[in-house]
Amino acid sequence: MTDARPEAEVITPSQTVGPFFAYCLTPQDYGGDPLCDGMIADEGAPGTRIRIEGAVYDGNGDPVPDAMVEAWQADAEGRFAGRDAAPSNARFRGIGRCESRQDGSFRFETVKPGSVPGPDGTPQAPHINLNVFAKGLLRHLFTRIYFADEPANAADPILGLVDPDLRYTLIARPAPDAPGLYRFDIRLQGKDETVFFEA
Amino acid sequence: MTDYPTESLAAHPPYLFPDYVATRLRAPSRPLVIIPQTLTEIAGPVFGQAHVRPGDSDLTRQHAGTPLGERIMVRGRVLDENSRPVPDTLIEIWQANAAGRYVHVVDRHDAPLDPNFTGAGRAVTDSDGWYEFVTIRPGCYPVPGLNNVWRPAHIHMSLFGPSFLTRLVTQMYFPGDPLFPYDPIFMSVPDERARMRMVSSLDMAMTRSEWALCYRFDIVLRGREASLFEEPHHD
Ligand SMILES: [Fe+2]
Repeated sequence: MTDARPEAEVITPSQTVGPFFAYCLTPQDYGGDPLCDGMIADEGAPGTRIRIEGAVYDGNGDPVPDAMVEAWQADAEGRFAGRDAAPSNARFRGIGRCESRQDGSFRFETVKPGSVPGPDGTPQAPHINLNVFAKGLLRHLFTRIYFADEPANAADPILGLVDPDLRYTLIARPAPDAPGLYRFDIRLQGKDETVFFEA
Repeated sequence: MTDYPTESLAAHPPYLFPDYVATRLRAPSRPLVIIPQTLTEIAGPVFGQAHVRPGDSDLTRQHAGTPLGERIMVRGRVLDENSRPVPDTLIEIWQANAAGRYVHVVDRHDAPLDPNFTGAGRAVTDSDGWYEFVTIRPGCYPVPGLNNVWRPAHIHMSLFGPSFLTRLVTQMYFPGDPLFPYDPIFMSVPDERARMRMVSSLDMAMTRSEWALCYRFDIVLRGREASLFEEPHHD
């Protein structure tokens, strides 16, 4: 059926997360027990351990000190948490959540994701989905992290939909002197503006 | 593989809404790139009963004493756009106290903190999508740095739903608030019906006599196209 859905209800609209979410959503500084944090995969989860460090910037290039970044990814074998109860992967959470610091910075620790099937079964290059929330974002922003050292990027069906001149905004780059560390900044607006998606 | 119709996204506010000043430097300037829904988007984190402790849904009992203000219940269902309940899904809420002050260190509003109220809670929907919180009716508060801009009373809510695509952060408002037309965040939602989705209603049937008013608030998430996966019922 491809007809319109006469009975579909209007969904609840998004509203900004505002500036005051931290004591609920990222409550570490308030002595709270966070639902999830920057650790997407615990020590011992199978796969290549990596860290991702970056910062969120606004249209003036100033750091955004009150953003929340959520990450969602497959494990090293391309499986999603909750979908495959393989006990070998009990240390893989798949979800991460960070509040940006005063300098806009956030940091995730995880394993390099494996390949996940894309449209029509074509493989996707390893990627991490991000949702960005902040005061001034009436609706969260969805983007993806890809990895500069992945040859599979060239054939990735999602990257292929992005203007070739803008794909660099989606690529995390290995830090020169720190094995396993990647840098990925999120620029909400203006120069080097990150590509954001809708699905 | 389009599982979640995208038409329903029209309910959301635009990124740039100049009346809400903070959008001016944070809204992206280029249009979103539309992509197909792959397994990464269809899958999503599973948070349920294991992530809620007893008492997390009663914000009036998190300290030694009773918070000041009007005790209320907030109760409703999480549904998808096809009116199917969303079971076992986590709701996180946060709010100001009765005086309109948040516990957050950045909140400098000249109103008292309440040592008996933090204003953060969690609940998980039951098998029929129902959830319930007990809390204090939040006060309205002025937006710092702006001339006479006040937020209507609201409770922030964060939900995951079954998929990466159903993620929602929204705000619940109270019926008949005279501040609605002056609030750029509320007014950023262009469609009147969608705006009213964010307004709770007084539920006298669930109000507990001599104890607390109940506000009903149903939350509607994106839902998968019904005809794509529903099997005929054989029972
Ligand atoms: Fe608020």
